[in-house]
Amino acid sequence: MILIPCPWCGSRDAGEFAYGGEPTPRPDPRTATREQWRGYLYLRNNVAGWTTERWYHRMGCRRYLTVQRNTVTNEVRQP
Amino acid sequence: MKRQTRRLDRQPGEVIDRGSPLEFGWNGRSYPAYAGDTIASALAACGERVFSRSFKYHRRRGLLTASYTDPGCIVQVGDEPNVRGAHRLVTPGMDVRSQDTWPSLAFDVKAANELVGRFLPAGFYYKTFIRPRPLWPTYERVLRRFSHGGVVSPDPLSPELSSYDKRQVHPDVLVAGGGPAGMTAAVAAARAGARVMLVEEEHSLGGHLRWGDKADLAALHDLRSLLAASGVEVLTNSVVFGRYDHNHVAIVQRGLPHVYERLVKARAKTLVVSPGLIERPYVFAGNDVPGVMLSTAVRRLINLYAVKPGDRAVVLTANPQGDAAVVDLERAGVEVAHVVDARGGDDLVRVLGRGGVKGVELVGGHRIECDLVVTAVGWTAPLTLLTMAGTVAAYDSRAARYFPGTATLPDDVLPAGGVVGDGTLDELVAHADAVGREAARRAGSMSRREPAAEIPALPVDAHPELFHGPTHGIVDFSEDVSSRDLLTAVEEGYSSAELAKRYTTATMGPTQGKLESVNVVAIIAEATGRTISQTGTTTWRPPYAPVTLGALAGRHREPVRYSPMHPWHERHGAAPLVAGAWIRPDHYGDPAGEVLAVRERVGIIDVTPIGKLDLRGPDVPKLLNLLYVNRWSKLEVGRVRYGVMCAEDGVVLDDGVTGRLGDQHYLMSTTSSGAASVWEWVESWLQTEHPGWQVHVTPVTTSYASINVAGPRSRELLGRVVAEIDLTPQAFPYMHVRTGRVAGVDGCVLWRIGFTGELSFELHVPASYGLHVWETLLDSGNDLGVRAFGIEAQRILRLEKGHLIVGQDTDGLTQAFSAGLDGLIRLDKDDFVGRSELVWQAEAAAESRLVGLHPNDASVVPEEGSQLIEAGVICGRVTSSRWSPTLHRSICLAQVATEFAEPGTLVTVRLPDGRSVPATVTEHLASVDPEGARLRG
Ligand SMILES: [Zn+2]
Repeated sequence: MILIPCPWCGSRDAGEFAYGGEPTPRPDPRTATREQWRGYLYLRNNVAGWTTERWYHRMGCRRYLTVQRNTVTNEVRQP
Repeated sequence: MKRQTRRLDRQPGEVIDRGSPLEFGWNGRSYPAYAGDTIASALAACGERVFSRSFKYHRRRGLLTASYTDPGCIVQVGDEPNVRGAHRLVTPGMDVRSQDTWPSLAFDVKAANELVGRFLPAGFYYKTFIRPRPLWPTYERVLRRFSHGGVVSPDPLSPELSSYDKRQVHPDVLVAGGGPAGMTAAVAAARAGARVMLVEEEHSLGGHLRWGDKADLAALHDLRSLLAASGVEVLTNSVVFGRYDHNHVAIVQRGLPHVYERLVKARAKTLVVSPGLIERPYVFAGNDVPGVMLSTAVRRLINLYAVKPGDRAVVLTANPQGDAAVVDLERAGVEVAHVVDARGGDDLVRVLGRGGVKGVELVGGHRIECDLVVTAVGWTAPLTLLTMAGTVAAYDSRAARYFPGTATLPDDVLPAGGVVGDGTLDELVAHADAVGREAARRAGSMSRREPAAEIPALPVDAHPELFHGPTHGIVDFSEDVSSRDLLTAVEEGYSSAELAKRYTTATMGPTQGKLESVNVVAIIAEATGRTISQTGTTTWRPPYAPVTLGALAGRHREPVRYSPMHPWHERHGAAPLVAGAWIRPDHYGDPAGEVLAVRERVGIIDVTPIGKLDLRGPDVPKLLNLLYVNRWSKLEVGRVRYGVMCAEDGVVLDDGVTGRLGDQHYLMSTTSSGAASVWEWVESWLQTEHPGWQVHVTPVTTSYASINVAGPRSRELLGRVVAEIDLTPQAFPYMHVRTGRVAGVDGCVLWRIGFTGELSFELHVPASYGLHVWETLLDSGNDLGVRAFGIEAQRILRLEKGHLIVGQDTDGLTQAFSAGLDGLIRLDKDDFVGRSELVWQAEAAAESRLVGLHPNDASVVPEEGSQLIEAGVICGRVTSSRWSPTLHRSICLAQVATEFAEPGTLVTVRLPDGRSVPATVTEHLASVDPEGARLRG
């Protein structure tokens, strides 16, 4: 169980959070092609290394936050 | 009763309390013991030498290590199987039995396996019991009778051990291992200001000092005094069994009063790993015969338990600890017949005797009579916690053991003691003291400017590489794997340590590699002509020590929610229904009667679990327009509207009504199961996509008790408890909301909606008055025939009305058009969540549709989930199905392929019992009042 640094609450057990994954920018729904839209829905970079991801402090301050995490070592830092 | 014939005079370091004698049972006979004895030490004091039968060949087994890891004395205690007999302390009246022996320990029929041992080679089970395939069930039955392990009682735990427990701790420094190094590091860290927890597997601290000489005991005494004054929390009979990311450390704590085991979850700022060293057995013929022991085993027996381990011993020694064992044996009155000094190249060839040691054969064929063979051939470093932290174990052939590659350790893990090196006690203590101070510094317990502690290097003693003798013997004592089996595995191509392990099951028994893994690797290395480093080790994974599933599960804690009206439901015979976290009334004994009460008169239902979000701010309409598929910008104050939410893939997420209570004040309702997830959904859009919008969200699900009053006489009933709200159809039409006083309670919200299809009002009243309003409604409506109805009646009512339930009539793939929501979806809105996918779904035409379905035989009620089959192909499924008391027939909703969705289409329902029945697609989803005259009344 890793620790997630919440800017409001401090470092807390990941069990308090919901994992939001890599944030993907929402394409303009009026102009997006199917390919763009489904890329937004389903495609993630999934890198082995530093990633930026979203977590939701469900059992704490209930804020969505952005965290950088190394998916190889689970090192975590605030962006 | 047995007598303690092998008990020695008082020993200086003994842990038994001679003032507290007790008795316990071993295989039904009474044995004497002292408090502080383990099961094994007490039995050994009475001259018992055989404690179990081995796994595969059912050979007699005695003590090997006389410690927790001893594979030879795993026993059944009462209804608890697989107890480590060399660790568990005896208690008065304890009922201990040997396990996996039939009919008795002395006469074991399964020992026939030993006589036919040549038929049980490596991989025997894989090779033999695979073909012919159809015979596997028979093989399985027979093998299970031969499998190892005790008996699990089908009854719950004994009453004095009522439960399992969990504890969360946040020490600055956690020290794993309470030998001299761990004790010193703990004291040093505590003195530097850290909050320290020290965890020790055994019942007392001190490690090898406890069975050492006078100087060792004196040093131990001093260390214990220092520790007692340090404020360190000490857990004995507890093991750190896993180190996870960010120093999340799992500990199993045993021997507590009232709880069976406790799982301690520690989040340590720094972890000090000081597990000491484990003595390694020697592989040679007869090395598992009762009477062959490690040097630490005899030193424990003599010094801790005052037990004379034999009468005449032969000792094979390669190190000072083995030499010390010779001194201990002689002091205990054991005749040391011969010392084989492995440092000079001497060796043992084989043990003579089967049921117990009768002698040994030396190189050159010389035989010596003895009843005890002691080996001291080297050490295994239990690096598990360090490898879990990321280090790679590196083999040092000069020291004949593995060391941690410290460069790869994270900053918050520090090793100390024997896993790092050797040296005098003073050197070990100086090293551990520096480690403890550094651990405290890294934990932030000292000022940041404090320089890093200088950790001195520990010397590493040379040790001969001794793994096996000139003959074959047992490598894995718990799995009965011999060195010959390993060679067979290598010959058959399993030349990597990981493969040979799985093929032979070496290291996979209760000792989990602690005794045997290095010997396994060494023998494979030799057989493949590689070095030990080239061969590599097997991976050590958590748990390091066995932990019960009960401890992992912890206490049974499942919080439930009750509405304020729950006491009434209980008093009136409600059948409880578990709905998520809520316990709700399913019905009050007669769901069909409850349905008819609503259709004909008036009923009230407790709908408190409905999710409720209070939304305030100027930008609420923008939020509603974004999240719902329909249009919201023109909702006037006093109106409510039904809305459906989709995810970005167009799949239906939730539904409910939202009312506008004031200019910038809305109340959103969600499904009961969606209460939490919709709140998060709303927050995610506000926080991540539109942080500029001014909307304040407050969850009020449990702030209100919610009651739906439904039926043709609901207006009349409500009129009796509402004073200031005009309930006439003109003043309070369908899909409107009013606020005011109900049954004397201010601050209530009423909205006119119709999930049941009847004229109905949903009340949201301040929760603490829920029961009062509920009872007032029932009291006031006696003459109207008012009746409480439950979830089941509501399900029937809404099905009669054709209202869908998200998650029942839709699933994780149902896009909004397939849910039959065409009339609601406004693709002409610029944007809403899921719009793009719905535009494309509309273009392509939905593949399936939600339809009403009537079985042609009105008496057949298909089970929900029944498939619809046409021309041998599944074309849909029944999503909801009930007997309708209103229509006296079965009614269904179904998802069907679009080509079968036209009203009047005949489809075939395949029932679970295999029958196929015809059913017809209906014109409307609703079977009752499709025009909606009743709910608009
Ligand atoms: Zn937080």
